[in-house]
Amino acid sequence: MSKKLRIATTSLAGCFGCHMSILDIDERLFALLELVEFDRSPITDIKHCAPCDIGIIEGGICNAENVHVLHEFRKNCKILIAIGACAINGGLPAQRNHLDLSSCLTEVYLTEPGLAHGHIPNDPELPLPLDKVHPLHEVVKIDYFIPGCPPSADAIWKFLTDLIAGKTPELGHGLIKYD
Amino acid sequence: MSDTFQLDGATIPFEIGQTVMQAALAAGHYIPHLCYHPEFKPHGSCKLCTVKVNGRTAASCTMPAEAGLNVESEIEELNALRRTLVQMLFAEGNHFCPSCEKSGNCVLQALGYDLEVHATGFRHLYPDRPLDASHPDILLDFNRCILCELCVRASGEVDGKNVFALSGRGISKHLIVNAESGLLKDTNIALGDKAMQVCPVGVILKKRVGFSTPIGKRRYDQRPISAQALDDAPRQAAAAGSCESCEGTP
Repeated sequence: MSKKLRIATTSLAGCFGCHMSILDIDERLFALLELVEFDRSPITDIKHCAPCDIGIIEGGICNAENVHVLHEFRKNCKILIAIGACAINGGLPAQRNHLDLSSCLTEVYLTEPGLAHGHIPNDPELPLPLDKVHPLHEVVKIDYFIPGCPPSADAIWKFLTDLIAGKTPELGHGLIKYD
Repeated sequence: MSDTFQLDGATIPFEIGQTVMQAALAAGHYIPHLCYHPEFKPHGSCKLCTVKVNGRTAASCTMPAEAGLNVESEIEELNALRRTLVQMLFAEGNHFCPSCEKSGNCVLQALGYDLEVHATGFRHLYPDRPLDASHPDILLDFNRCILCELCVRASGEVDGKNVFALSGRGISKHLIVNAESGLLKDTNIALGDKAMQVCPVGVILKKRVGFSTPIGKRRYDQRPISAQALDDAPRQAAAAGSCESCEGTP
């Protein structure tokens, strides 16, 4: 039998909903694990990406650390997949894009009612936010996209099994959705 | 006896005065479209319905049917063009489907599904387009406007009110409200107006009814737009007798 494919996954400016949907493929995970093994992923808790065949990224790019992780994935993964609305068009976090970043931070941390002693977090360990939230394809080359918020487990299963079988992944009616 | 033309190898009958789109839909052949609506004058702006007529591209919604035309529609070259058009419309506005109450009933979204568009691929513009929530019963969310002018045509041609218009040129083009204040509350728009029913995306919304249909039961959840559009289209007189949805209607 040929070597198992290595898959890495991560969530950037996302909600982990797409990862929940990956887990939702349920017992088919056992069939998947016959074909693949997981590298860096919330499933394994491995912290850094080794060379992989497939990288799956949830969430868009909203801070400096996101950019760093995305570059680590692109450098190590032969095929990079953007999964979910946020990775594809920025999603919910990108709804701040028409606003000024400092006015967002002021509203959330200073002027919101009940924040008498609020201050804008400035711990040097916190990654700096970007002025806009970006979809992944605006920062690195993305090879495939799985739309949905989140994509259903069936859509993820169909997409990955097509890809692993060497076919161009297709979703079709019922599996392709943007919400 | 009507004349005929060829569409993707099928023989399509037509009557003088019909466009390629009208004849195709009447004969049960779907051509993807967005700004075309059977009840209004063709607009020819979205270009989703572009076909090849005797080898040259033309908008099928404005192209008059003629005997002997050779029309190609369902070919990869044209579907690739249609995909790019849909992608550009998504990148140009703020289309966040998960938080849009039109999701599942949206023509732009349904076309994306049917054309297997997985992502826009373009740099998103994220324009700043404030809402107009001034009217007590109607919300305008300009973030999703695709400038199809269906509301402009409905309000002018059917309602006789001219509530909407497009203003500006090129990338600055945008939908405006015909009132001195620019606000919807200062127009005579009413919930029963045709303009309330035709928006293909989530711009013109009736307040307090959002998300009333559960996911799975919305218009395009069960059947793709290609199947839905044929049911909605006015059909040939010969086929009308076998129209299931008309049977039993008083």
